[in-house]
Amino acid sequence: MLVSLLCLLPALAGLVAFWLPPGPRVRRLLPAVGAVHFLLSVLAWNEPSGGGWLGLDALGRVFLAITSLVFLATSVYAVSYLREEPAGLQPDMGGEDPFSNAKESVFVGCLLLFLASMTLVCVSRHLTLLWVAIEATTLASAPLIYFHRHRRSLEATWKYLLVCSVGIGLALLGNFLLVLAAARGASGGAEVLWLDGLAQGPELDPHWLRLAFILLVVGYGTKMGLVPLHTWLPDTHSEAPSVVSALLSGALLNCAFLGILRAVQICAGAGQAAFAQQVLVGFGLLSMAVAALFLLNSKDTKRMLAYSSVEHMGILALGIGLGGAGVFFALFHAVNHSLCKAAMFLVAGTFLSTFRTRLVARLGGAIHTLPVAGGLWVAGFVALSGTPPFGLFLSELGVLRAGLQVNPWIAAAFLVSLATAFVGMARVVLTVALGPPVLAPPVRESWGKSLPPLALLALALLLGLSVPAWLAEGLRQAAALVGVS
Amino acid sequence: MTGTVDFLLVSMVLANLWVLGSSRLPSCIRALAFQGVALGLLPFALYPGHITWDLVMLALVSITLKAVVFPHLLKRALLEARVDPQVEPFVGHGVSLVVGVASLALSVALFRRHPLPIVPPSDLLMPVAVSTLLVGLFVLIARRKALTQALGYLVFENGIQAFGLGVLQHAPLMVELGILLDIFFAVFVMGITIFHIRRAFATLDTMEMAELRG
Repeated sequence: MLVSLLCLLPALAGLVAFWLPPGPRVRRLLPAVGAVHFLLSVLAWNEPSGGGWLGLDALGRVFLAITSLVFLATSVYAVSYLREEPAGLQPDMGGEDPFSNAKESVFVGCLLLFLASMTLVCVSRHLTLLWVAIEATTLASAPLIYFHRHRRSLEATWKYLLVCSVGIGLALLGNFLLVLAAARGASGGAEVLWLDGLAQGPELDPHWLRLAFILLVVGYGTKMGLVPLHTWLPDTHSEAPSVVSALLSGALLNCAFLGILRAVQICAGAGQAAFAQQVLVGFGLLSMAVAALFLLNSKDTKRMLAYSSVEHMGILALGIGLGGAGVFFALFHAVNHSLCKAAMFLVAGTFLSTFRTRLVARLGGAIHTLPVAGGLWVAGFVALSGTPPFGLFLSELGVLRAGLQVNPWIAAAFLVSLATAFVGMARVVLTVALGPPVLAPPVRESWGKSLPPLALLALALLLGLSVPAWLAEGLRQAAALVGVS
Repeated sequence: MTGTVDFLLVSMVLANLWVLGSSRLPSCIRALAFQGVALGLLPFALYPGHITWDLVMLALVSITLKAVVFPHLLKRALLEARVDPQVEPFVGHGVSLVVGVASLALSVALFRRHPLPIVPPSDLLMPVAVSTLLVGLFVLIARRKALTQALGYLVFENGIQAFGLGVLQHAPLMVELGILLDIFFAVFVMGITIFHIRRAFATLDTMEMAELRG
C-alpha cells in the first residue's frame, strides 16, 4: 500500500505538472512532492513488505532512501535554479550560439516522472518489471538532458537514448537467458524472475546462468557507467542542467547498480557467486583505472565530476566483487557517494550560472567571488577524495581492507587509481577555487542554492563521524541479502 | 502448424534483408512494419493450443504498435524533418546483405554447438531471433542517419522479443504490456529528438554531431 503510494504520488504529480502553466506554482510542486516522498520513504524503512509485484526488501529500502533524499535536496535547489533562468534566449558558454530553454512545466513533469521510475526500480520484485522501470528512467530523463536547447545537449541526448536503450535491451535478453537457465528446475523457467523465489537457485544451469549474468552486467552496467560501456556518461552529465546531473549521478547510477545487485543475488543463490565476483572485480578495476586517467586531463568542471562518478561506480563494483566486508562497505560507499556527488554537481551548477562557463581555463577565484559555494566546492572535493573525517574515507578504507584480504595486487591497483584520481581532481578543484579571480566579488548567493549542497555535505560528514545504529543495521541486512561471502 | 511458423520466420528474415538492402528510408520503414506483423502473429502459430483472450489482446496491441504506430511515427519524423530519404550507409548494401546472411548462418551454428536446455517450439525460431538482433545492431552501427539508427534499434528489439517467445510461452500480461509501453515511449522520444536534430543541425547525419569528446 505504502509502496504503491510511493510510485503513484510522483507519477500523478508529474502528469499534473505537464498541464500547469509555467511559473512559481509548478516549481513549488517539486519540493512538495520531494518532501512527501521522503517522509513516505522514511515510514517505509520500518515496514518491510514482500509478495506481489511491488515490495521493499533490505536492499530496496537503502536505495529508495538515497534516491528520495537526493531528490529532495535537488528539488529545493531546482526552485531557485528555475526562478533565475532567463525566459528568452541566453548566450552559450563561449558567447556564441544563443539558446533557449524547454518549457518549464515539461521539465518539472519529467523530473517527477523520473522520480517515479527510479522509485519503481527500488520496489520491483520481478526482474522484468525491474527492466521496465530502468528503461523508463532513460525515457523520463532524456527530455531533461535537452532542457537547454543547444546542439551539444541534443548530441548528448541522442547518444544517451541510443546507448542506454540498446544496453538495456541486452539486459532483457539476460532475463530471458535466466529463464533458460532455470528451465530444467523443478518449478519451471519463468519463476526465476521473481525475486521472492530466489530459494530455487541451486537448480539453475551454470552455463546459461553465467551467460545471463554477463548480459545483465553489460546491460545495466551501461546505465551504471562501467568502463567500457560508459561513453554516454560524461557527455550527458556535462550537458544536462546541473540539477539533472546531480540526480543522474546521485540517484540514477545507483538504481542501475541495484539491477546488477539483483543479478548477483541470483548467481549467489545458485552457487555461482565466485564467477559473478570475478566479473565485477574486472569491471571495477578497469572503470577506476580508466576514469582516473581521464581525470588527470580534465578541462571541464562537470566532465571531471562525471568521470569521478565512473571511478566511484568502479569502487562499488569492486567492493561487491571482493565480497566479505567489501559488500557492506560498497553499499555504505553508495550512500556517501550520492550525498557528495549530488552536492558537487549542484555547486558546479551555481558556478556555471555565475561564471557562464565550465572550462577550467576560464575559471578562478571562486572562493572570493562566491564564498559559500566556493567553500562547499572545496569541502565536497575533500569528501569525494576519501579524506577523513568524511564517510567516503571509511568506505574506501573498508574496500581496501577487503582487497588486501583477497589479493594484495588488487589493493595496490585500487590505491594507485585513487591516488591518480586525487591528483587529477585536486588540480582542477584548486584552480577553480583559488586561482586568480576572473569575476570581481561579491556576487549575491541565494540560500535556495547554498542550503541543499550544504545539507548533503553535512550528512556525509556526520556519516563519517558516526554511523547511526539503524543505518548500520540496515546496511548489514542489505549486504547479507546480496549473498556473496 | 510448422508450415505457418516457418513462413512467418522466413518473413522476418526477408524483412531483415529488405532493411539491409534497401537504399530508401520509406522502404526500410515498410520492411519494419512487415516484420512487426510477422512477429505479432508468431505466438499463435507457435502455441496454437494456448490461445487465450490475453494473448489475442497482446498480439493486437503488439501488431498495432509495430506495424502501424511506429512506422507512422518514423514516417512523420521523416516528413516533418524533411529528411533526404537516401539511407547513406557506411557499409555498402551488397556487403550489408552478406552480413545479414552471415549473421543467420552464425546463429544457426551457435545453437548447433550450444543446444538449448529446452525444446523450442521451432528449430528455426532461436537462430532467426538472434540473427534479427544482430542485424538490428549492425544497422545501428553501419548507417549514418539518426532515423536509421532508431530503425536499427527497433529491429534489435524485434529480435529480443522473438527470443523471448521461444523461452517463455507467455510472460505475465502486465510485463509484456510494460515492455511494449517502454518501446513505444522510446520511439516517441526518439522521434521528437530526431525532429530537433534536423532543426538544430540541418542534417540527420550523426557524423556531424561530434562536438563532445574527452
